[in-house]
Amino acid sequence: MKTQALLFLVTGLLLTGATHATEAEHIRASHAWLRLLPGDLPAGAYVTLKNSGDQPVALKGASSDAYADVMLHQSSSDGGMSRMAMVDSVTVPAHGTATLAPAGYHLMLTKSTHPVKPGDTVRMNLKFADGSTLATDFVARPANAMDAGS
Amino acid sequence: MKLRLPNCLVLLLLLLTVVTLAGCHREEKLPFRLTDVSGHMPELDFKLTDDHGKPVTGADYRGKVVVLYFGYTHCPDVCPLTMAQLHVVMQRLGPLADKTRILFVSVDPTRDTPPVMHAYVNAFDPRAVGLTGDPRDIEALSKRYRSAYTREPDGKDGNYEVSHSSAMYVFDSKGAARVLATPADSQDDLVHDLHLLLDNGNPP
Repeated sequence: MKTQALLFLVTGLLLTGATHATEAEHIRASHAWLRLLPGDLPAGAYVTLKNSGDQPVALKGASSDAYADVMLHQSSSDGGMSRMAMVDSVTVPAHGTATLAPAGYHLMLTKSTHPVKPGDTVRMNLKFADGSTLATDFVARPANAMDAGS
Repeated sequence: MKLRLPNCLVLLLLLLTVVTLAGCHREEKLPFRLTDVSGHMPELDFKLTDDHGKPVTGADYRGKVVVLYFGYTHCPDVCPLTMAQLHVVMQRLGPLADKTRILFVSVDPTRDTPPVMHAYVNAFDPRAVGLTGDPRDIEALSKRYRSAYTREPDGKDGNYEVSHSSAMYVFDSKGAARVLATPADSQDDLVHDLHLLLDNGNPP
C-alpha cells in the first residue's frame, strides 16, 4: 500500500514535469514552412532558429499531431552524389542562428494523420537538448514552392 | 621541285576539307555557360514507361529540348528542390517552355509506379514527365550518362533512401547531349543555355 502510494506520487511528479516542459525562452523560430508532396510521400520541413541566449542550444527533433513520424535529417552532396542521413541534433550557437533549409538540414515528416493542403498550418513542437520545447506553426506550401512565401 | 609545292598545297587543302567535313557532323558550337558536353556523351536513348503508363523511347522526345534528371519521389528534400527550381526555369522560359521537357527518371522503380510518378511530376510543372520502368532499363540509362545511384539500408519502418547523382543533362531537339548542370549551378546560366538551344537549336 505504501509502495503504491509512492508510485502514484512519483508518477504524478513525472507527469507534472512532462506537461510543464519549459518553453525554450531564448529561441525564436521564423520562416517555418513545409513542402507538401502528393499522396502520402514524405514532406520536408524548414525553419530558421535564432538563439538570443548566452548558451548554445541543440535542436534534437520535433513532434506533431499531423505526422506520426518526424525525423531530423541532413542532405549532403559529395562528388556529385546526393545523400540524406539522420542527424542527432542541430546546434543553434549562442547569439547565433541555425537554418534548416532545402538541400541541408530539414525535418522529414512521414505518415500524415490527416490530409494537409497548401495554406494549412501545421503545429510542431520543436524539442531541444536541454529539455525545453518550442511550439511552432509551419505553413504548408505546394510542392513547387521555393520558400516559406510571404 | 616545281611540282612539290602545289602537291603540298593539295594535301593541305585535302586535310582542310576533311577537317571541315568532320566539323559538319558535329553540333554547332554554342557559347554555353554551363559544362559543354557536346560530342562527349551519347544521344538520348532509353526504353521506359511514362507517367501515363505508356511505353516510351528517347526518340519520342525528338523535337523537344530535354532536361534529364534522376531522382525518386520518396526523397523529401533535394529532389523536390531541384524539380521546383526547374519549374522556375520553365516559367522564365515563357512560351519556349512548351518546346522543353523535364524528364524525371525514377531510381526507385519499386515504389515509383506510373500513377505515383504522374501525381508527383504534375505537382511541379505541366512540362515534366515521369519515367519509370524495368530496373535494368533504368540502370542502363543511368550508366549511359555515367550517373549512379545506391539504395541505402532500410530504416526502422522499412522505409529507405536512395543516394543518387544530382546532375541534370540537357539534350538538344535532335537528342544530342549538350550541357551538364548541377543543382549548385546558377539558374540564370541554365535559362541562358536553354535559350541558346531553343532559339538557335532546331527551328521547328
